[in-house]
Amino acid sequence: MIDSDDLDPDFKSLIAKEPGGEHITRCFSCGTCTAGCPVREVTDRYNPRKIIRMALLGMKKDVLSSQFIWLCSSCYTCQERCPQDVKIPELMNALKNIAVKEGYLPSVMKAQLDLLASFGRLLEITDFENEKRKDLDLPLLQEKTEEVRIILERLGLHREEKSDR
Amino acid sequence: MRDWGFIVKKKATVNPSPYALFLGCTVPVRAVNYETSARKVASRLGVQFTDIPEFSCCGYPIKSVNHYAYLLMAARNLALAEEKALPLCTLCSACCGSLTEANHQIHEDPALRKRINEDLSRWIGKKYEGGVRVTHFTRVLQEEVGEKRIAAEIQVDLSSLRLAPHYGCHYTKPTTVYGRLEDPENPTSLDRLIELSGAKSISYENKLQCCGGGVLAIDEGVALAMAGRKLDHVQACQADAMVLVCPFCNIMYEANQKKIEKANAKEYKLPVLFYPQLLGLAMGIAPDELGLKMNRVRPTELLKKISRGAG
Repeated sequence: MIDSDDLDPDFKSLIAKEPGGEHITRCFSCGTCTAGCPVREVTDRYNPRKIIRMALLGMKKDVLSSQFIWLCSSCYTCQERCPQDVKIPELMNALKNIAVKEGYLPSVMKAQLDLLASFGRLLEITDFENEKRKDLDLPLLQEKTEEVRIILERLGLHREEKSDR
Repeated sequence: MRDWGFIVKKKATVNPSPYALFLGCTVPVRAVNYETSARKVASRLGVQFTDIPEFSCCGYPIKSVNHYAYLLMAARNLALAEEKALPLCTLCSACCGSLTEANHQIHEDPALRKRINEDLSRWIGKKYEGGVRVTHFTRVLQEEVGEKRIAAEIQVDLSSLRLAPHYGCHYTKPTTVYGRLEDPENPTSLDRLIELSGAKSISYENKLQCCGGGVLAIDEGVALAMAGRKLDHVQACQADAMVLVCPFCNIMYEANQKKIEKANAKEYKLPVLFYPQLLGLAMGIAPDELGLKMNRVRPTELLKKISRGAG
């Protein structure tokens, strides 16, 4: 049951201001996105039409604290087909960006931020990789990219303190 | 008969422009065979690569966390290519999409460009004017090297092979970012490139199905179920291998194939080739030089089939 007292009527304007969320109010709930969605094909936990409807109704907390907004695989099937040009994968990214600002950062995404801050890449390049590259006659790669750490720190996405990992 | 005419856009007599080769996160750690084969094929076809060791992650993984951070990371990489006045060529479709999109946004929005450049310059002493062209290695083969030149290099008969193309989502979509390179609902470029190698490109159910890689970190079960459906469809067509152009799609279909076999209680043993590996075989390059020993699902039968055909 939806309690109208819990709804935030400004939620849709908040989303529309976020990069990727601009077209949310164009949605007329036709369901083309959900019908062709490859994630939906394997799980009913992800339903883009329902998520957009919930967002338009103002169910801010339910949407932002959910796991389902993170289940979009960004395949763009729906984006190519949406008759209202809602740009659903980008809209999901807008929702995720807002969720993160509100404190809902999934632990795996936190882990990815830490990896990027430490190495500048999701997968670490170590001496081992570079040795292998040397053997294969491939050019060596920089093992750390400090500039990425600086960018993430300046944007408040990573703390400078060194953990003992 | 389908119209393949779009493939030859430029005269094959001119050498393609040199490119900065952008590897991204996955290729140098989990798909070195892709890199090796791409470099071998490129050098044979006159595509020159310059390496920029300072390239980092393209930024795509954090787009969902913070859009602006993604743009800054992408712009930093683009700035490195711009310093060398080189267009940028990726092997990963997600890197290609992410850098193309950032480029697009930086180009379209002067206020955003200004903000990005202020931050890049005061934080890391870089700037990006927006002048770098971004493309994917397979597109370079298709659009710049061209059909004629590739055909002239084919030395080995691969006509016994039946191969299932997997386009991957970020190779053609979104069209708002890439422009309409080809019909995203009915792409044909990879089929055509496979047939150029002499092999047969087969059609199969739900050919454009996403690999699931985008949700692997968030929910492995969902991702593997998505990849498993495609493995089922490809298996049903008795393909000798799947052919793809993205290292992350490869992780789903090849590196995770054993896990999917376990989950689905069946065996696929489906080899997965990167397109440059296939083209290299057709060009007579030795399997070892194309990194085929690094393929996790050994393409032993496929190689036997080729040598029988050639013998």
